[in-house]
Amino acid sequence: MIPHDWKSAIYPLVGIAAIVVIWQLYVSMFGINRIVLPGPFDIWDASVKNWSLLLTETWPTFVESILGFLLAVAIGIPVAVCVANSRVLNLTLYPILIATQSVPKVAIAPIILVWFGLGLKSKLVIAFLVAFFPIVVDTATGMRATPPGLVELARALRASPFQIFTKVQFPAALPFIFAGAKVAVTLAVIGAVIGEFVGSLNGLGNLLLTANSQLDSPLAWAALVWLSLLGILLFAAVVVVERLAMPWSESGH
Amino acid sequence: MIGQVESGMVATSAAIPFGHFKDVRQSFTRGSNTLVAIENISFDLKQGSLVTLLGPSGCGKTTFLKIVGGLISATSGTVQISGRDVTEPHPDFGVVFQQANLMPWRTVISNVLFPMEILGRRDAAAVTRASELLAIVGLSGFDEAYPSQLSGGMQQRVALCRALIHKPKLLLMDEPFGALDELTRMEMQDLLLDIRAKTAATVMFVTHSISEAIYISDTVVVFSKRPATIADYIDVDLPYPRSAEIRYAAGFTELEHRAGRALGIAR
Ligand SMILES: Nc1ncnc2c1ncn2[C@@H]1O[C@H](COP(=O)(O)OP(=O)(O)OP(=O)(O)O)[C@@H](O)[C@H]1O
Ligand SMILES: [Mg+2]
Repeated sequence: MIPHDWKSAIYPLVGIAAIVVIWQLYVSMFGINRIVLPGPFDIWDASVKNWSLLLTETWPTFVESILGFLLAVAIGIPVAVCVANSRVLNLTLYPILIATQSVPKVAIAPIILVWFGLGLKSKLVIAFLVAFFPIVVDTATGMRATPPGLVELARALRASPFQIFTKVQFPAALPFIFAGAKVAVTLAVIGAVIGEFVGSLNGLGNLLLTANSQLDSPLAWAALVWLSLLGILLFAAVVVVERLAMPWSESGH
Repeated sequence: MIGQVESGMVATSAAIPFGHFKDVRQSFTRGSNTLVAIENISFDLKQGSLVTLLGPSGCGKTTFLKIVGGLISATSGTVQISGRDVTEPHPDFGVVFQQANLMPWRTVISNVLFPMEILGRRDAAAVTRASELLAIVGLSGFDEAYPSQLSGGMQQRVALCRALIHKPKLLLMDEPFGALDELTRMEMQDLLLDIRAKTAATVMFVTHSISEAIYISDTVVVFSKRPATIADYIDVDLPYPRSAEIRYAAGFTELEHRAGRALGIAR
């Protein structure tokens, strides 16, 4: 979770700092070859030296992840709403969803590349595929978890099914939807990188592979760090949207 | 005043009673076994009266209240409000449940305005009325708070305002104060009597508590154990406005005793 105030933000920062210090001490004391394991200083160095390269390569990965994620939200939420509200659709679609989910995405990535080419589209599709499932599952769970008392209250006022959906069921499901979205957004980055590993022209995953093959470990590690920063950034963005969309839950903490 | 005819009651007037219930029966079937929740429930509800349904847990009070509110339909029998069969919920009804059932994503005032929104009548006048109601229940200044910032008693007050916002002719209350502590509960009872005096709504109130039933009601309908029938129909002839003093009056204790006998917990 993203900490709520600056005081609690200290804890993870101290933790990270401790790891970095121990890591650097280990690397310099035992004279570890920087190809095997570069130290934090080497990675920092590589980051600073290659910052414009890293930035250019972050952009495609960012676009692939965010578009895949947004597509998963745009398609996943309506699908979940249908699945949760219709028995027939639930029985029809759920097994298919589970089946597609259990196919390893790494295994279908090459096929997707054949279909969609080396560019943005194939990565977007893979990111979409991995992000889709948690959004559908969590949204559907939320749709079914509507407090029955609230539905009864709306029914007592003769609310239409549409009113019940927009005014009760959907807002009540928001915490679930955001829980799914937070998982999905980090998965989307992983999906994009999987796509880039299998075949790509650019992106952080592509850069990581290239640097690795050239035994430029500090740059490979720098790409890794930037990847996780991208993941954290996207996660934080979802948290910000969540807080804006659900101002009531913050006051409950 | 027309009840399940008790001795000494005034004769039935020719006018249609506000609420009329005749041989209401509700059974639930699960698999091969049928559970009869209520049976032979017949009584009339006078316009503007406050009637309490008192009975042991699981006897069918909620079931009956929901039938009157049109939320479920009776297996058989006649359920009429204002001379018309109740087949579905009516916007002239207001409901309060045991849980406040507030929407955590809405502010207090927006929760109160929820019925007006559903009924398509959320206008400036409605907002003013919502604020007034909140002031009556002692919650002025909390309009923009979220339910999670309120205590249980405060939440139940909001639920009460929400039930009143559309000026219902019939207020259905299912153990609304059941989850509150004794002191808050007594406060809420006074508040209910106060509001009722101001709005002249007819109230049907469900409770487990004998003293609560007698303190607030014109009439207490005592339900027996399941399958529930009417064990007693008690006219409470204590004067309004009522205050805490009355709880210690001889007449009050006598009525408590009578209700206890009807419930089978006293002789
Ligand atoms: N939808 C239902 N399906 C099956 N049985 C039901 C249903 N609703 C209520 N019952 C049964 O009917 C009986 C009466 O239930 P009801 O909720 O009306 O009791 P109650 O008097 O309100 O109890 P309490 O005071 O504990 O709230 C119970 O035995 C309950 O199990
Ligand atoms: Mg009940």
